[in-house]
Amino acid sequence: MTAQAPASTVPADDGVNFYTREEHHPENGTLLGFWIYLMSDCLIFAVLFACYGVLGRSYAAGPSGADLFDLKLVALNTLFLLLSSITYGFAMLEMAKNRTATTLLWLGVTGFFGLCFLSVELYEFHHLIEEGATPQRSAFLSSFFTLVGTHGLHVTFGSIWLVTLMVQVARLGLTAENKRRLMCLSMFWHFLDVVWIGVFTFVYLMGTL
Amino acid sequence: MSSEAHAAHGHGHEPGHEEAAHGSMKGYVTGFVLSVILTAIPFWIVMGDVFREPATAAIVVMVFAVAQIVVHMVYFLHMNAKSEGGWTMLAMIFTVVLVIITLSGSLWVMFHLKSNMMPGGTHTMGAPQ
Amino acid sequence: MTPNPASESVLFGKLSLAAIPLHEPILLATFAVVAIGGVAVLGALTYYRVWGWLWRDWLTSIDHKKIGIMYMILGVIMLLRGFSDAIMMRLQQAIAFGGSEGYLPPHHYDQIFTAHGVIMIFFVAMPFITGMMNYIVPLQIGARDVAFPFLNNFSFWMTTGGAVLVMMSLFVGEFAATGWLAYPPLSGIESSPTVGVDYYIWALQVAGVGTLLSGVNLIATIVKMRAPGMTMMRLPIFVWTALCSNILIVASFPVLTATLALLSADRYLGTAFFTNDFGGSAMMYVNLIWIWGHPEVYILILPAFGIFSEVTATYCGKRLFGYASMVYATVVITILSYLVWLHHFFTMGSGASVNSFFGITTMIISIPTGAKIFNWLFTMYRGRIRFELPMMWTVSFMVTFVIGGMTGVLLAVPPADFVLHNSLFLIAHFHNVIIGGVLFGLFAGIAYWFPKAFGFKLNTFWGTISFWCWTIGFYVAFMPLYVLGLMGVTRRLSKFDDPSLQIWFVIAALGAGLIAIGIASFLIQIYVSFRDREALTDTTGDPWDGRTLEWSTSSPPPAYNFAFTPVVHDLDAWHDMKKRGYVRPTDGFIPIHMPKNTGAGVVLAGISTLLGFALIWHIWWLAGLSFVALIATAIGHTFNYSRDFHIPASDVVMTENERTRLLGAGA
Repeated sequence: MTAQAPASTVPADDGVNFYTREEHHPENGTLLGFWIYLMSDCLIFAVLFACYGVLGRSYAAGPSGADLFDLKLVALNTLFLLLSSITYGFAMLEMAKNRTATTLLWLGVTGFFGLCFLSVELYEFHHLIEEGATPQRSAFLSSFFTLVGTHGLHVTFGSIWLVTLMVQVARLGLTAENKRRLMCLSMFWHFLDVVWIGVFTFVYLMGTL
Repeated sequence: MSSEAHAAHGHGHEPGHEEAAHGSMKGYVTGFVLSVILTAIPFWIVMGDVFREPATAAIVVMVFAVAQIVVHMVYFLHMNAKSEGGWTMLAMIFTVVLVIITLSGSLWVMFHLKSNMMPGGTHTMGAPQ
Repeated sequence: MTPNPASESVLFGKLSLAAIPLHEPILLATFAVVAIGGVAVLGALTYYRVWGWLWRDWLTSIDHKKIGIMYMILGVIMLLRGFSDAIMMRLQQAIAFGGSEGYLPPHHYDQIFTAHGVIMIFFVAMPFITGMMNYIVPLQIGARDVAFPFLNNFSFWMTTGGAVLVMMSLFVGEFAATGWLAYPPLSGIESSPTVGVDYYIWALQVAGVGTLLSGVNLIATIVKMRAPGMTMMRLPIFVWTALCSNILIVASFPVLTATLALLSADRYLGTAFFTNDFGGSAMMYVNLIWIWGHPEVYILILPAFGIFSEVTATYCGKRLFGYASMVYATVVITILSYLVWLHHFFTMGSGASVNSFFGITTMIISIPTGAKIFNWLFTMYRGRIRFELPMMWTVSFMVTFVIGGMTGVLLAVPPADFVLHNSLFLIAHFHNVIIGGVLFGLFAGIAYWFPKAFGFKLNTFWGTISFWCWTIGFYVAFMPLYVLGLMGVTRRLSKFDDPSLQIWFVIAALGAGLIAIGIASFLIQIYVSFRDREALTDTTGDPWDGRTLEWSTSSPPPAYNFAFTPVVHDLDAWHDMKKRGYVRPTDGFIPIHMPKNTGAGVVLAGISTLLGFALIWHIWWLAGLSFVALIATAIGHTFNYSRDFHIPASDVVMTENERTRLLGAGA
């Protein structure tokens, strides 16, 4: 934090110094600020989970989770997301070593798994809607589509952001600014994985029980 | 509050200095392996109908979810009490508390509402059951 | 699904000339006034050739001080609108007796009370509070700006974008007629098929983004940018309350965003969250919106508490009594504010156990709040009290707020709430705490920090008139509402049958008239002070013998706030510096690293507002286009890496020498 006095100042007891002569650099707040933003995003998901918790058994004489969910597909999707998490981790390790090309490579792999995840999710949604299990069918399906869809939207925006950052890293290299951005996206990406744990547990697994 | 702890952290004043941990290969691999295990078991529990009581299965599955969330926090998000002078940890604990309040509070309130007000509810104005 | 898609055109969606309320004489007259005023302002700007200056120095500015002032201006403008709604309601209720319908048709009246609530909370109180925090917090912690200066500009323009949408609803279409929280099923598509609720939703969503980001920004600022030596327990108390308030913003506004998003899903996509059929639960909306709604009132009141603390300490010439207890009380209130939301709907029927839990938590909040009142009283005790304007507001607050707090504890008792809920007693209660707490705090803060922001004090004569009109006007306007509420009169009624009630409504209307004089006096006060600024000028930068760092720099502060970053050794750092013989540095200035202005915030917020407008009117092609433009502009902005510059040392020397000269001339 900024609270420690720099070496150029003297403690208050003897010869009090009330200002620093040299330029004072407060620490960069981007990572903390982004973390705080993620915490607020957590609460958006909390609301959606609460809705699912309250409305998740209101089938309105329509299909239930046990009728609809294909757990094999969910397991596959979970694997995609987990793989994308570790490949992002590898990209961060390469970034720490200042290797631009391999960083970009692992980011590309991460984006690929992200797209796989989105494709499977879109396939699942399409399939459900084909079967008549639309978001309008019941409160259960409204809250299911909204919760899972919001997570999917986050992954979509994360992927757009990933591509943007890959362009920026390719053009300007691993500058301090770009590294900071990559770290923000890293937090975002892993955060989405954490949310997904909640989704597959509360929605898919417990919904199938 | 956290300033003393942070002063001990000791960092320079050069701009662009980053202090967040990048983790290590070992950390990521450990996290990944643990996550796979902690995902596979609950899927197996549900898909293989391991428990006769759904309630038991639900509790076990939830415990695995909490465990996996902790694994992700530690190995992927590199949470510890020291990063950013403890502020990230503090923010996360605060958020977890609020998420729990929001979830359990809503469920509690709405469940009681349903049992009191809906036809076929228990019609006791106290705790249902 | 959207109703009657046949009546929507591809090009204009639901928008047609019929949306312009030509048949409403009140709206037409308002529109004429606004249009003439607007043309006059635009003409004046063009005549004096200040567009370039306005754009470069203000609209695109990322200086936290200028953004703070712009927030305050937005708050004042919206206060006038919100208060017009208030006085229209008071007038209607005072005359709509004995068969008289009053002068407002019910549908128009419903929009007015909805707009009044929405505007006063989101576009008056929030901009005022955010503006105050924006201006003061960096100065009090010895920082040069906030942590994310561009984001700050963007946040301001998003808030303004929301305000623009609300104002637009006056003349294009209509506003929600649902009450300020738009409970479904009334706000659902079947009961409210017109654009009113959509205006409500998108105005709040656009402004909500701004509020959330400004919350993130100020937290990061307070955590990361404090001057060396300023530990958490040396933070000025206003900064502490600002920190807690922003934590609440970040923790609660997402809940509002999500809840409104679900309501819009019901309206736009036909989902079944809060509907009567298909298993939806309207009460879930009530539950969720109050999870945001209760912390919201603490978001507003905590910084006001901070202002009163600063003012009390300064004008009593004493360190704040019980600083640590004040900090702990603030933190406890922050957490407790999350555990009381159900007291807004005790009558919903959750039963005795739920109601008692939330009733008790509500009563517990009054304990830390009461502790604060005692802290202020003990600070005043044996202090040398100077009854300047801010101190007068503070004393008036303490009396008024205690009354409002006690009626709040009354309402926290569930059985009493079953009698009083939805009555004018409730209306009197929350106006009692919001006017007596938040608004009085803001007026205290404005009078206190105005000389810092502009370099001259505010006129005392008009300020005193404003103060007495507000204080007396408040009691005259709202005490009758307590009486009426106890007699069982419910809120949001546009006409009455029982003639014996009329006298109370007439008294309340007179009170509103007094408050109108109070607002007018406030505006006159600003004008007169500006006219007499030579006589009221303050060259010292410290007109009140202040105690915190903002008073150590010049008034108004230079763009860089502090030529050298202060080093803090004690709570009340500036008081400590003065006491120990601080000498202002006059040489050795170095270039100062500062962020650069950018127009990206204006552009992004403008596109967001357009997106909101397109969604409100179902103009899908425009919605799609503006959404793509929004993403593209945002990505484009991230390619701008040159975001800062250095103020050359020679400029710093010039500014500081000027200050040296002024200080010498003043001595």
